[in-house]
Amino acid sequence: MGRTLAEKVWNDHIVRQNAGEPDLLYIDLHLIHEVTSPQAFDGLRLSGRDVRRPELTLATEDHNVPTIDIDKPIADPVSRLQVETLRKNCAEFGIRIHSLGDVEQGIVHVVGPQLGITQPGMTIVCGDSHTSTHGAFGALAFGIGTSEVEHVLATQTLPLNRPKMMAINVEGTLKPGVTSKDIILAVIAKISTGGGQGYILEYRGSAIRQLSMEARMTICNMSIEAGARAGLIAPDEITFQYIKGRPHAPKGAEWEAALAYWKTLHSDSDAKFDKEITLNADELSPFVTWGTNPGQGVPLNASVPIPSELADEQERVAAQNALVYMDLKAGTPMKAIKIDTVFLGSCTNGRIEDLRSAAEIIKGKRIAGDTRMLVVPGSARVRLQAEAEGLDRVFLDAGAEWRSAGCSMCLGMNPDQLKPGERAASTSNRNFEGRQGKGGRTHLVSPLVAAATAIKGTLASPADL
Amino acid sequence: MEKFISHSGTGVPLRRSNVDTDQIIPAVYLKRVTRTGFEDGLFAAWRSDPEFVLNQPQFKNGTILVAGVDFGTGSSREHAVWALQNYGFKVVISSRFADIFRGNSLKGGLLTVILPQNEVEALWNAIEKDPNTQIDVNLQSRKVSYGGRAIDFELDDYTRWRLMEGLDDIGLTLRKIEEVENFEKGRAAFKPKTLPILN
Repeated sequence: MGRTLAEKVWNDHIVRQNAGEPDLLYIDLHLIHEVTSPQAFDGLRLSGRDVRRPELTLATEDHNVPTIDIDKPIADPVSRLQVETLRKNCAEFGIRIHSLGDVEQGIVHVVGPQLGITQPGMTIVCGDSHTSTHGAFGALAFGIGTSEVEHVLATQTLPLNRPKMMAINVEGTLKPGVTSKDIILAVIAKISTGGGQGYILEYRGSAIRQLSMEARMTICNMSIEAGARAGLIAPDEITFQYIKGRPHAPKGAEWEAALAYWKTLHSDSDAKFDKEITLNADELSPFVTWGTNPGQGVPLNASVPIPSELADEQERVAAQNALVYMDLKAGTPMKAIKIDTVFLGSCTNGRIEDLRSAAEIIKGKRIAGDTRMLVVPGSARVRLQAEAEGLDRVFLDAGAEWRSAGCSMCLGMNPDQLKPGERAASTSNRNFEGRQGKGGRTHLVSPLVAAATAIKGTLASPADL
Repeated sequence: MEKFISHSGTGVPLRRSNVDTDQIIPAVYLKRVTRTGFEDGLFAAWRSDPEFVLNQPQFKNGTILVAGVDFGTGSSREHAVWALQNYGFKVVISSRFADIFRGNSLKGGLLTVILPQNEVEALWNAIEKDPNTQIDVNLQSRKVSYGGRAIDFELDDYTRWRLMEGLDDIGLTLRKIEEVENFEKGRAAFKPKTLPILN
């Protein structure tokens, strides 16, 4: 019987397989950052262990760094200690690190693909749940906890139970103004935040094949929001062209050998998935969330749901709680919701294409009077590229703030946070209570909706301008 | 890791679904570089509400958290497990856990037990009726028992063995490190390394 893409990658990395035990998988690339690694390095020191393969490990500073005044020491002493701890650990164990101010610094999931170090058929892990981003290249990539970070540092392997396989078929063509962010928000609304639990998702179909690598990364990035640890897409010409020529891409004969292998990485026509769902891309419209988990989303043209109309009791209670937290009335049109802050950035939508598409909407316009817009490139390279194209001027002239690279307002950890009660339209990935700052309220949107919302001051799509 | 064979204690009913790891411990509490001291961040946003279950005196000494469906979704932060453990929880019961959180909990010795939703509801009712209800969670027999009831739960044999022996995964892998060495000999040369590229 045929095998799925994920099964092929999995099987190619089995170091040990015994009945009744998890498979021991080899890890090709281990990405680390300051927040989830210090306790793992401590663990190594306590047991007198070394990092087995530092040359398969790469560190960057992203979660806990400021996005202004990056030439000055980090003001918060606790944050500073955490970042300095990463630097010390990398120096002690011989791991390459891209620190604040380095041209390769940025969000770990933007940096890997940009260096060409994320390639098809690899196993990639990081102590961050959005590691699924790298699945866009046909890699098996997933987030791990700190105990697992220590395990990978010490052994370059991980014991894992084989997940089930789910196919997400997206057929058709997206209408103008509809993006890959809308696809993934619609998928999560359809299968719920627990729907992908225990599965690896494979996104397939004609709509996916038409997407750029960056758009594919947005989809795979949010697999975890559907409960799946990993999501992937079979590599194709678009993938190969994206990788070719990047600093860590194979060259010469190695490129040919790699390409020959990469071309085998697709689900066989007779491969069996444990579950399949299908979405029609032609029917999709811009999608936004109204609640406090990423599954609580509706089309932008719709209204805030009425909890009493929900059949499932748990969903009803969750919706009631969400409306209280979000300070929304059931039945309110989504487009009537006023927004205080627009955040454009994150590992979901902080790449150059995201900035370009938002700048195109904003160009020549001013953002609404009492709305604030924060534009945070996903990496220092993205920032430089955007500046070379004049995008920074477009955002600044419109009244937005132009920042340095980092996770920024996606998570309320570094100085970029919402104030209590503040409402954001955010291109990030989580609308959890307090995610962007204590008491902050988040609506997840695409970069196009973010841009239009910044101009209008209420949730809007470019068509509304 | 400490061995986990069984635990007896009282329960804390957390009647909420989709409790994500940002709720369990907000990001602002993740700046510490140790594994301890995270108890203050546990459910930080809700702790300021006097009605919140952890603030109710009858549930103060609970060691078994009984939560709604989809507990531990979102971020991979193992700090969520440490916060629960630092606070004093030994077991979390829910009808469904997010994969990463569950993996983290079982690595760190916080037992996560999956029971059907109707059993979770029954347990909530029993604890709320009598907060002193003794709950026994036994890994040997894979049973949750309270008030004369015993409910079976599933946990794969390997994880159960590892928890009952208190074994460290890394130690287990390193015992057969030659298997990793052999695997590495067969790795394709085109696979990337993170060493700086010199142009």
